[in-house]
Amino acid sequence: MKRIEVLKTYKLYIGGKFPRTESGRYYQPEGRGGKALGNICQGSRKDFRNAVVAARSATSWGKRDPFNRSQILYRIAEMLEGRASQFEDELKQQGSTAAAARKEVETAIDQCIYYAGWCDKYQQTFSSVNPVASAHFNFSVYQPMGVVAVLAPEKSALAGLLGTILPIIAGGNTCVVLASESKPLCAITLSEALATSDLPGGVVNILTGNRDELLEHIGTHMDVNAVVASDVSDSHKASLRENAISNLKRAIFCKEDPAKTESPYPILATQEIKTTWHPVESSIAAGGGY
Amino acid sequence: MAKKKSSPDWGLAPAPESSPVNIAKRYDHFINGKWTKPSARKYFSTTNPATGRKLSEVAEGSKKDVDTAVKAARAAYNGAWGKMSGRERGKYIYRIARLIQERAREFAIIETMDGGKPIRESRDIDIPLAANHFFYNAGWADKLEYAFPNMPVKSLGVAGQVIPWNFPFLMAAWKIAPALATGNTVVLKPAETTPLTALKLAEVIADAGLPDGVVNIVTGAGETGAAVVNHPDVDKVAFTGSTGVGKLIQKSVANTEKKITLELGGKAANIILEDAPIDQAVEGVVNGIYFNQGHVCCAGSRLFVQENIYDEVMWKLKQRMDTLVVGDPLDKNTDVGAINSKAQLRTINRYIKEGLKGGADIYQPECELPAKGNWCPPTVFTNVAQSAVIAREEIFGPVLAVQTFRTVPEVIEKANNTPYGLSAGVWCDKGSRLFQITGALDAGVVWGNTFNKFDPTSPFGGFKESGYGREGGLHGLGAYLDLSI
Repeated sequence: MKRIEVLKTYKLYIGGKFPRTESGRYYQPEGRGGKALGNICQGSRKDFRNAVVAARSATSWGKRDPFNRSQILYRIAEMLEGRASQFEDELKQQGSTAAAARKEVETAIDQCIYYAGWCDKYQQTFSSVNPVASAHFNFSVYQPMGVVAVLAPEKSALAGLLGTILPIIAGGNTCVVLASESKPLCAITLSEALATSDLPGGVVNILTGNRDELLEHIGTHMDVNAVVASDVSDSHKASLRENAISNLKRAIFCKEDPAKTESPYPILATQEIKTTWHPVESSIAAGGGY
Repeated sequence: MAKKKSSPDWGLAPAPESSPVNIAKRYDHFINGKWTKPSARKYFSTTNPATGRKLSEVAEGSKKDVDTAVKAARAAYNGAWGKMSGRERGKYIYRIARLIQERAREFAIIETMDGGKPIRESRDIDIPLAANHFFYNAGWADKLEYAFPNMPVKSLGVAGQVIPWNFPFLMAAWKIAPALATGNTVVLKPAETTPLTALKLAEVIADAGLPDGVVNIVTGAGETGAAVVNHPDVDKVAFTGSTGVGKLIQKSVANTEKKITLELGGKAANIILEDAPIDQAVEGVVNGIYFNQGHVCCAGSRLFVQENIYDEVMWKLKQRMDTLVVGDPLDKNTDVGAINSKAQLRTINRYIKEGLKGGADIYQPECELPAKGNWCPPTVFTNVAQSAVIAREEIFGPVLAVQTFRTVPEVIEKANNTPYGLSAGVWCDKGSRLFQITGALDAGVVWGNTFNKFDPTSPFGGFKESGYGREGGLHGLGAYLDLSI
């Protein structure tokens, strides 16, 4: 007799746990050949707010040694490699050809390696010691913005998703991600990989749902420091920029496809620059340092 | 000069700056390299806040004037300036720096007359620092490919810049110098109460021989600024001013692809720990809040003192405040000059009333204020609650709110508990503790055992609602280049 397959329930990923949406709603995105991909949680405003709380309580991620963050990002690559065939299957279900699916998974895993390496290098590469014209030691360093909301690329469901998330967490931010609405499967599986990769719960939170519905709530949330968004329509951009004035959260729109860009600049995009001054005693400098 | 009641006769003799300066009766806009009459033929006067006397009158910029200026800037961007090599651009900017240095004394005096700040500050800080910003940025013009490695160097186009009245000349330099070094052209709108030194800068720019239209200066009030910000052919908006106006600007250009940088308000914490060098700390507190009458976005307006040294710090602070000379800004002895405008004086007085209403204790040294002009004595409030209005809102005047704390985690929590994040100060003798605190403060500029220091090589700008983008240093160039990801 043929074995009955165990079907998977798709859930959200908040604070390292896998809750269903509090709203009880679901939607059924269409996959290859018009077949429904499953009953996907339609995350609500309340889910988003819960996820922000989780992300805020995980901001000690930014205080970890960059070396440690680097190892954890590398560990994510290890976890993804083991699930490569699952991701490929899902990409195919979502409409990719076998070759494209294979390539996207390889790109995604290699992105983890790329950004793992940046964790303890961008500071060294882009910080500065500033040669002020007075007896002071003056330096500028990067510091994570805090909690970043992410509108993930709609089409590039795995490589684009990771290409957006990795630079944000490599820089020590935590994030709340709204996955691709039409292609959510890889995001959900990614959360399972993240949950087993030494990444502390709450650093990455992943919601599925409807962008139109959540956009305003993301823009106006007072405890979100920045929004990084891909594939955004002009009206959505205007809405995010307008709502961002609530707490002057930084609105960052990706022009390039995050699946294709490998660069430290997306890391810097969610960093603040802090400049510190301190007097240096000097018997030759004129006047007192104070 | 105002004599303090408490001073005996051996007080400081008046030492007014008396070099002659040249202020025209009337100034037009500086557009496309020419002095251009306002299209509506309207002018408004600018006065000396220390005397109430009119200094000159300047053109009121209309939408049409702004449009003419933006067109000139666009033509220069598409023409001579856009095609020029970085090396040649840099040489023009070097010229500007040198011409400012040559006329520094004149500019310092006009800055003080128009804005009310002590001549000591405009002479020793504002003007030389402005010249240094041009000098520093000039050198970047032919080296930009080293600033952001592997990023193609791409200027933005026409920059619309709106600047405040607290550091009129310095802010013009902060805005114009990096914009030009990176190859952009500029339309600058100075503040309505302090337009004169920006117009003197236009003279310098004309003398330096910059191609027509590279820098255009249009004077006016809020509406003129809005016309600059909202002009469809402006690619970049740079604003320094209040958080309220900054938010309005972001909203008004929300449906455009204009790149914005905002340098907005602040409510900086200045923290004194028990092991701090107290005399220096008190000096730093005074400099932090009474520098430029407290009209400073990064002013140290919240003082946090560790409880066990509170009495000593407050005694010394009040002693020091008693010696501050308030009065004629042109007098070289003056520490605290005139409040920039009547409107700002009303705002400050409203906050002082609010402080008293909230139950805080006030201290102001006894001093005789001049009969005419806008004045506010140095003011300190003690017993201030974290929730008090004077501890939460930016006053932009010489008003300090003092709170106490017991532990380091407590003071970090209190210091960060504000929507602002521009600057902060920490006074502490122990390096490991000092850097623990500077690292934990959410602020773009943190001064350890010093305060209110500025330098062209040092990036300046805020976290959170204090705005975004940096000005100065290598990182400041990023505000005027396309670094989109």
